[in-house]
Amino acid sequence: MSKLLGIDVGSTTVKVSVIDEDDNILYKSYVRHYARVKETVLDELRRVREEFGGSYRASITGSAGLGLSQRSGINFVQEVQAAFTAIKKYYPDADVAVELGGEDAKIIFITGGTEQRMNGSCAGGTGAFIDQMATLLNISVTEMDELALKAEKVYPIASRCGVFAKSDIQPLLNQGAKKEDISASIFQAVVDQTVSGLAQGRRIKGKVLFLGGPLYFLHGLRKAFTTTLGLDEEHAVFPDDAPSFMAIGAALHSVGVKAETIDEIIAHIEDVKTSDEIITGQPLFKSKEEYTEFVARHRATDLKFCDIDTYSGDAYLGIDSGSTTTKLILITPDSRILYSHYQTNNGQPLDIIIEKLREIYDLSGGRIRIAASAVTGYGEDMMKSAIKADFGIVETVAHFKAATHFNPKVDFIIDIGGQDIKCFKIKNGAIDSIMLNEACSSGCGSFIQTFARAMGMEIDKFSQEGLYAEHPVELGSRCTVFMNSMVKQAQKEGATVEDISAGLSSSIVKNAVYKVIRAASADELGDNIVVQGGTFLNDAVLRAFELETGKEVIRPGIAGLMGAYGAALYAGENIRGESTTISEEELHDFSYTSTSTNCHGCTSNCNINILKFKDGRRFVSGNKCERGAGMKPASDELDIYTYRQNRLLQSVEGTKGKRGRVGLPLQLGMYEQLPLWAGFFETLGFEVVLSDKSSRELYFLGQHTVASDTACYPAKLMHGHIESLLNKNVDFIFLPCESYNLDEHCSVNHYNCPVVAYYSELLKANNERLGPDNFIYPYLDLNMRENTAERLKAALKRFRLGKKEILRALEVGFERLDAYHRDEAAKAEEILKKAEEQGKQTIVLVGRPYHLDPEINHGINKLLTSLGMAVLSEDSVCGYDTIKVNVLNQWTYHSRLYRAADFVCRHENVNLVHLVSFGCGLDAVTTDEVRRIMERQGRLYTQIKIDEINNLGVVKIRLRSMLAAIEESQKSKEETV
Amino acid sequence: MSKKIADESKRVVDYTDEFPQWDESMKDTYTILIPDMLPWHFMILEKLLQHEGYHVEILKNDTRAVIDEGLKHVHNDACFPCLCVVGQYIDALKSGKYDLDHTAVMITQSGGGCRASNYIPLIRKALKAEFPNVPVISLNFSGLEKGSSFKMGLGLMLKMILAIFYGDSIMWCFNQTKPYETVEGAADKVRDEMVNFCVERFNEGGYLRYAKINRKIIKEFAKVERKDVKKVKVGIVGEIYVKYAYLGNNHLEQFLLSEDCEPVVPALMDYIFYCIVNNINDGTFYGHKGMFWNVNRLLYWYAHHMQKKIIREYKKDGTFDPIHDFEHLRHCADKVLNQGVKMGEGWLIPAEMAALAETGTENIVCAQPFGCLPNHIAGKGAIRTLKNLYQNENIVAVDYDPSATKVNQENRIKLMLATARDNLGKVDEKTV
Repeated sequence: MSKLLGIDVGSTTVKVSVIDEDDNILYKSYVRHYARVKETVLDELRRVREEFGGSYRASITGSAGLGLSQRSGINFVQEVQAAFTAIKKYYPDADVAVELGGEDAKIIFITGGTEQRMNGSCAGGTGAFIDQMATLLNISVTEMDELALKAEKVYPIASRCGVFAKSDIQPLLNQGAKKEDISASIFQAVVDQTVSGLAQGRRIKGKVLFLGGPLYFLHGLRKAFTTTLGLDEEHAVFPDDAPSFMAIGAALHSVGVKAETIDEIIAHIEDVKTSDEIITGQPLFKSKEEYTEFVARHRATDLKFCDIDTYSGDAYLGIDSGSTTTKLILITPDSRILYSHYQTNNGQPLDIIIEKLREIYDLSGGRIRIAASAVTGYGEDMMKSAIKADFGIVETVAHFKAATHFNPKVDFIIDIGGQDIKCFKIKNGAIDSIMLNEACSSGCGSFIQTFARAMGMEIDKFSQEGLYAEHPVELGSRCTVFMNSMVKQAQKEGATVEDISAGLSSSIVKNAVYKVIRAASADELGDNIVVQGGTFLNDAVLRAFELETGKEVIRPGIAGLMGAYGAALYAGENIRGESTTISEEELHDFSYTSTSTNCHGCTSNCNINILKFKDGRRFVSGNKCERGAGMKPASDELDIYTYRQNRLLQSVEGTKGKRGRVGLPLQLGMYEQLPLWAGFFETLGFEVVLSDKSSRELYFLGQHTVASDTACYPAKLMHGHIESLLNKNVDFIFLPCESYNLDEHCSVNHYNCPVVAYYSELLKANNERLGPDNFIYPYLDLNMRENTAERLKAALKRFRLGKKEILRALEVGFERLDAYHRDEAAKAEEILKKAEEQGKQTIVLVGRPYHLDPEINHGINKLLTSLGMAVLSEDSVCGYDTIKVNVLNQWTYHSRLYRAADFVCRHENVNLVHLVSFGCGLDAVTTDEVRRIMERQGRLYTQIKIDEINNLGVVKIRLRSMLAAIEESQKSKEETV
Repeated sequence: MSKKIADESKRVVDYTDEFPQWDESMKDTYTILIPDMLPWHFMILEKLLQHEGYHVEILKNDTRAVIDEGLKHVHNDACFPCLCVVGQYIDALKSGKYDLDHTAVMITQSGGGCRASNYIPLIRKALKAEFPNVPVISLNFSGLEKGSSFKMGLGLMLKMILAIFYGDSIMWCFNQTKPYETVEGAADKVRDEMVNFCVERFNEGGYLRYAKINRKIIKEFAKVERKDVKKVKVGIVGEIYVKYAYLGNNHLEQFLLSEDCEPVVPALMDYIFYCIVNNINDGTFYGHKGMFWNVNRLLYWYAHHMQKKIIREYKKDGTFDPIHDFEHLRHCADKVLNQGVKMGEGWLIPAEMAALAETGTENIVCAQPFGCLPNHIAGKGAIRTLKNLYQNENIVAVDYDPSATKVNQENRIKLMLATARDNLGKVDEKTV
């Protein structure tokens, strides 16, 4: 007889198990492979040979095992199948198994209809995600686990993919939230992702088996799972074999396989050759000489230094409090560097700055006077308040300032930082357009860092490895999750660490050029390019950029400090009188405490963080509005969003009906048609019940019925609205399907988007509480009044409504809808007039009717009013003109965007900000077209992508940059006049 | 109708850019490039159009460079099929093989509520910078793009419908023969012969005798010697391009064959029927009746009549499972969701999934471009209903995307296949 051998090759680890003839598990192991798959497997097999020898029936399993199996000829078994085999053998009474691996997450439903689910290609919530987050917190995964067990509160964090979670975590870190709480929140995010993303409508209940490395090693994660699923000890099983469970399953699955000696098996794997399937690019450098010449060229642009120990006189201080790093620079008035510092944030960036300022004061020994200071970056407000800096400026302005210093003719700046890419084009001495990476395409600096660590290397060494790689791997140019799996594939094909390193550098550059800038060719970028940001200090990335664009660019030696440098320059140029910067004495006594709490200013209950300084000053962050910071909120008098939010709800009169209670879910198309249906049902004698206000909690309420995790946030929120109506025991929920929206006679056709049109079908299919009695969704074309009446009559048959009364009720409904639109347009005119009188800028915040929802727009309207602007919306200004555009203009809501753009172009002090929901495929068409219309008329175009992420930091930067650009263009206009 | 009636005095503002137009007079001097989707169907169509006097060429380029060009020229969030098509055009136009002043590109345009209707402007935009003289021709039946649409008479339309029917039969019989052939390449040989046979009918006459031609196709494939084994059948449904095009789905059919499965690819004609039925439904549902409605009803009646006669040929011969009767597909759709879901591939997707389950193909790959909007509803969204209807239905939804890796996709499909093989074993046990 032969023993059974199972080899599980995952994305980060190799697991091997041996089972003897009597089903005893003789051997099991779990080792990280650091991309050396073949070698690691061979090492393990040799160990097996030494310990046991003999012959084996062997199978390979695992996400990275397929290639190895194909090339070695060893049997392959799909990993879920392997798990299934082992479960059936060892835990025959299990109902569900949850398995988290390095890059996979799986659920196997065993009883009640076997079903196996794997994470989609855009789903985080896996081991790699946890690793990435640990790197972000600058702790080991084990430490994170220990911290999580001590947590006191849990913050909402997006777990769909690492990029999103980062944008949630970074502000928390910057605000000084406790690592304990953040760690626990990360685990909770993983649980939420598994429960919603994978289970999709099926509940995880009964006896649940937890498998895979992370669930075995991380107790905090275990706790989060058992608490969320409400499992007791008996029903939550964590097998001792969990990490090598698949390998055991693979071994068990090998029963029918031909037996071979261990030597033969080893020989098969040794014979595996790198295949030629991977696509490779050009080497970064062909020779050492080429590299030396390259280094010399770039060194030429370095700044001069000045000795802080001997210098005496004025100095300017610049601080860039970035998302992942903190940068500080002190310069002389003639721009020599006295002192600089660049450090990754280990939690609280303020501590770094305070420490460094003390050091500066020590070094300067009273000879140097800080004559001016400025702060920029994500942490600007907090830092400015803490050190009493003279100026706070928006990052884009700081970067532009710095770049101009190196090349006054600069026309293009690209900055790749830890987690964002920023590009700006310069025209006529002002920032003309800004491009920031959107959440999905941000394969930035910290990605290389996380990856380097996964490979067991520091970033410097890792990127250095790539400089002379002969065949850099082509890794595509999208989000990091995809790159991870490209790397996985390359590893499978046997690419070396050098090739992968070089490939990563190129893909970051491609990401920036083709996805963020979306340049069709390098010529579009401009002639005088300055590159900056910490990531460009990496020679491999810099070289890849020059190769891709075919241009020689300027990378200042202080590429990582440009924001700080720009801030210092700005401070020097703009200071009038004495600087307010914190003095040596004040600094000596400086200390602060940090507490996090919930704001009770309104119903949003924002998580806020309060820094209390020793001198009694306070700084509040995390608040969406000024109320949290204890200030009076900006007046919403000139904000049509607030007006519409109230006005829309007024269209429900609130009459108690005799005929029954109808539930209207206030989301998607209902945001437009509420007045119509409220009028309709109230006239017919129904009581109209609205769903609860959108919120994160409401989203979680319906999360388990979300079928497609890449749908837009408004759609996903709809599930919560339905649940809330079901909980209110309405007689039925009404949400019609409408292929056609109302025809406004301004476009070729008047469709709804597929999601708005047919979401009812999806809700019905995926919420088991919905049935034909309590969910009514007729197919209607509201432009055909008679037909609509007939179809409504049929749909509401059980209420025995007459066609005449239906027609009358529709009439009332349409009147209410028209009244709503009329009032809205009148209000818009009023706001516009007042804004002109008060000399305020007006922003038309364009989007869809449902972007009115504060949970969806994240209060961007309030942010705008707090920046001193008046706010209008697309449907309040669009009118009914016909706008001819290049694209096919066939959706009612989208057609309004073009009309609104035309409106903005006709008004000088009005600008446009375009809100786009993440995952909205139709906006891929509209954004470019609206941008084209705006640019054709020489106007600014600003786009903001919104999602469930509630991080206004990035949005604020964008809006402030836009304001700066508006001011610049006004200044230059005045000058020419 | 809403009172929001347009003002008589409303402005008309023109923000359009100039682009090269197409008119029939250019037919003699221009080469028309068409992206490939279904190689054998398109081969017949290519020859047919050439015979009609158009210098058409089906693009077969499918290197990584194609995808890279697509990535460079198409918006990040636009769908994958658009990216593939644009990539193919640009890669071809850059090859130097074509006279850039006498080359046009052509693509279909449905005019539906899915963003696919916007491919034409997206392609125009992509071509604008480097190929300003290349017109984009729209092949549509909705009266869109009046200045640059492909003018098609009733005769040519009929010929194209016939060509699709023939292509479908060749594909359908081939897929049922290839996995079982005893002599390697025997099925491929018949396929080549049958494509030539159909092309000859269009060139030499006799193309109208569709029953006879289908009979011939069925007979020729039936002659191929077959192994008597049972294989896992896997249906492919989904978004029209990634469902069929090898460039879009990483050679999915090939992969399934290499996994020892029988791919079941529903007919292209079903999609045409689906489009026609949507026009009819607009009339019956919403009262959009008129000339257009009547033409569609007539068209449907006639084409369905043809389909029924073709199905009869399959039944008479008995070797192969017949193609789906479209009326049956409509009934299947009704079990899952309303036929009002008409954007993208809409109700056709669940209809095909249900029909496949009812005709013995319970394993299904639902192929969709990443983030495809209609697919949220009709693909992923409908799976739960389908599983309740058909207990053993084994569906995997696979996203296709320029950066989604083959290994990831194949891993998912393999998971589905593992269950499929298990189920196949169970069926065998039962029958024994």
